[in-house]
Amino acid sequence: MRHTISVLVENEFGVLSRISGLFSGRGFNIESLSVAPTLDPTTSRMTIVTSGDDQVIEQITKQLHKLIDTIKVIDFTGEDYVEREMALIKVSAEDSSRAEALRIADIFRAKIVDVTPRSYTIEATGSPQKIDALIEILRPIGIKELVRSGPVVVGRGAKGWRSAE
Amino acid sequence: MKKTGSQILLECLVQEGVETIFGYPGGTVINIYNDLIDYPIHHILTRHEQAAVHAADGYARATGRVGVALATSGPGATNTITGIANAYMDSIPMVVITGQVPTALIGNDAFQEVDIIGITRPVTKHSYLVRDIHDLPRIIKQAFYIARTGRPGPVLVDLPKDVQIATAKFEYPDKVEIRGYKPNSQGNPRQIEKAVKMILAAKRPVIYVGGGVTLSDTSQELLGFAELIKAPVTTTLMAMASFPKKHPLSLGMLGMHGTYYANMAVMESDLLIAIGARFDDRVTGKLSTFAPHAKIIHVDIDPTSIKKNVRVDLPIVGDLRDVLQKLIAELKLTPHEVKTLADDLAPWREQIANWRQTQPMSYTSSTTEIKPQFVIETLRKVTDDDAIITTEVGQHQMWTAQFFDFSQPRTFLTSGGLGTMGFGLPSALGAQAAWPQRQVIDVSGDGSFQMNSQELATLVQYRLPVKIVILNNNFLGMVRQWQQLFFDQRYSQTCMELPIDFVKLAEAYGATGLSTSDPAEVEAVLRKGLETPGPVIMEFKVSREENVIPMVPAGKGLNEMVLAS
Ligand SMILES: Cc1ncc(C[n+]2csc(CCOP(=O)(O)OP(=O)(O)O)c2C)c(N)n1
Repeated sequence: MRHTISVLVENEFGVLSRISGLFSGRGFNIESLSVAPTLDPTTSRMTIVTSGDDQVIEQITKQLHKLIDTIKVIDFTGEDYVEREMALIKVSAEDSSRAEALRIADIFRAKIVDVTPRSYTIEATGSPQKIDALIEILRPIGIKELVRSGPVVVGRGAKGWRSAE
Repeated sequence: MKKTGSQILLECLVQEGVETIFGYPGGTVINIYNDLIDYPIHHILTRHEQAAVHAADGYARATGRVGVALATSGPGATNTITGIANAYMDSIPMVVITGQVPTALIGNDAFQEVDIIGITRPVTKHSYLVRDIHDLPRIIKQAFYIARTGRPGPVLVDLPKDVQIATAKFEYPDKVEIRGYKPNSQGNPRQIEKAVKMILAAKRPVIYVGGGVTLSDTSQELLGFAELIKAPVTTTLMAMASFPKKHPLSLGMLGMHGTYYANMAVMESDLLIAIGARFDDRVTGKLSTFAPHAKIIHVDIDPTSIKKNVRVDLPIVGDLRDVLQKLIAELKLTPHEVKTLADDLAPWREQIANWRQTQPMSYTSSTTEIKPQFVIETLRKVTDDDAIITTEVGQHQMWTAQFFDFSQPRTFLTSGGLGTMGFGLPSALGAQAAWPQRQVIDVSGDGSFQMNSQELATLVQYRLPVKIVILNNNFLGMVRQWQQLFFDQRYSQTCMELPIDFVKLAEAYGATGLSTSDPAEVEAVLRKGLETPGPVIMEFKVSREENVIPMVPAGKGLNEMVLAS
């Protein structure tokens, strides 16, 4: 089963390699990983999408906790949360497909961020499912290049979590 | 007054109460070595950095204190890796300090530069690259704290040369504050209550003890717990000396080379109480058939150990001292029920006694050749109760575990998780440095001994009177045994074609060498060796194709033991 896990870490030298090394060394799978500093510049927040049965996921969260540089770990699966991903998609936009590409981008509330006579670059954000759907629809037109950020997540509701908690 | 980074490092070590360190100099630690002369820290110069780390490891195992090793960058640092991995697998508290090229050169493939932090990341509990001298005291304080608390382990501190030369005011922090590291030491009282209910309902309980009991010095608490409920106790290799082998409740070791009765008891038990153990594959055998009737209570300081390999019915995370004390206190609340339980377990204890009677630990003795097991039994007879025994890895290690009746904790130092040939001699060196007055004996095979035999020089130089018992079968015996049993006796590269004259080898280093192939002389040679001052090699030319049994073949269940060779 797919799990989205947020990890708050010390913004220390080498922390990314500790986390990625943990996954590779123990044969855990990483579907995506995104990381950037938080409001508190001494910490970074990672969002990791992984998959495995309950026992594997339990090991993953425990092993993440065990790292000295890890401050907090939350598995959002089963929680109420907002998940967003960004994609930059370069599609061919020749005579016949130009209007079609625009129309699709519009339906998905995506923006055209770069234009050439033969291509559009589309910027889309949304749930990973929405991005998947957009890609499927654009595929027949001809995708030249695709970059996805991997999702970031935040819990729903008024409460926020920060490093101090 | 300002101090240099290397002085600050040494100040920190003094503050941590470090008396002895093990190391080897080189270009990127030359400043530290220069300042070392002025500090009250005893340094032992081993002949290889791997040995320095194993010595620090042996020192830590024998004392419970944090072992410290020091090595230069590049090849010095890479030589420490096996030692670090060994300590990591057995959760030994240790701080390893490596020199590093100046910060400005890091990443340039400078002379003797390696990314030792990167290389050792999977085998350290944590590591630090010190980039600013002002961080140094905090980092050293944290390194020692992390190494010895929670589930202990090795911490590496990589110290670039320019940081050693820089100057700053020295101030040692008195508190450690690491927001991501708060080891949980208190066992949850509700889980303890549940455990007591499960224990009181058990008919065939087995207490399965691992290295955690040794590391947390809780063998007294364990004894109290076991005697209270009168349940049998089996130990892993790492807990061997933490429960007296001669105790009526002791089943000895379980697992691949465990006793028949320990393995049978585990397979038939209805409640397995795992204490500071981690269900290693050498212990469980085939997982799907392991302890099929048992509910499992698992007590461990490290949450990742729980449910890693086996299903667990009741996890208790916490420091073993706290959990065992609470368990005992909780049980004592209902003395009548506990007494009934202890009495009701009589048939179970009898069943185990029967297993023990039908398949005791034994070997066929001989008057013509020396049986290795006989050497171990005789060694027990002639050594002090508090003698520290280290081993290398192989058949001799298993025979020591099987036939030496350990009675005191921290008297059996052996490489469990990594199984490192070459561990025994340097770890004996470290143990002897910690306990100059006690008998320290490395039980070795002829193969393993040659992996770190250069440390004879260190022993002689520092007058460390370690005694070495070599069970010489002229084979890499344990591998040969597997080849005999599972590969049609095709002895590929396990015969040591060149016989070594171990007596001359000892003498070359200024040590004493004794040798015999006569069973009638075994005791006399052991006694003479132990009485002789200074390091002594005692070589016993043993029956060459003796096997370690019982043996659970890899991938088989614990009840599928091979009982005769
Ligand atoms: C560093 C290392 N290399 C290889 C092995 C694999 N190995 C395990 S036991 C063994 C044979 C050990 O031979 P010896 O030290 O003579 O002891 P014996 O088994 O004969 O008692 C070997 C090669 C190991 N454990 N460690």
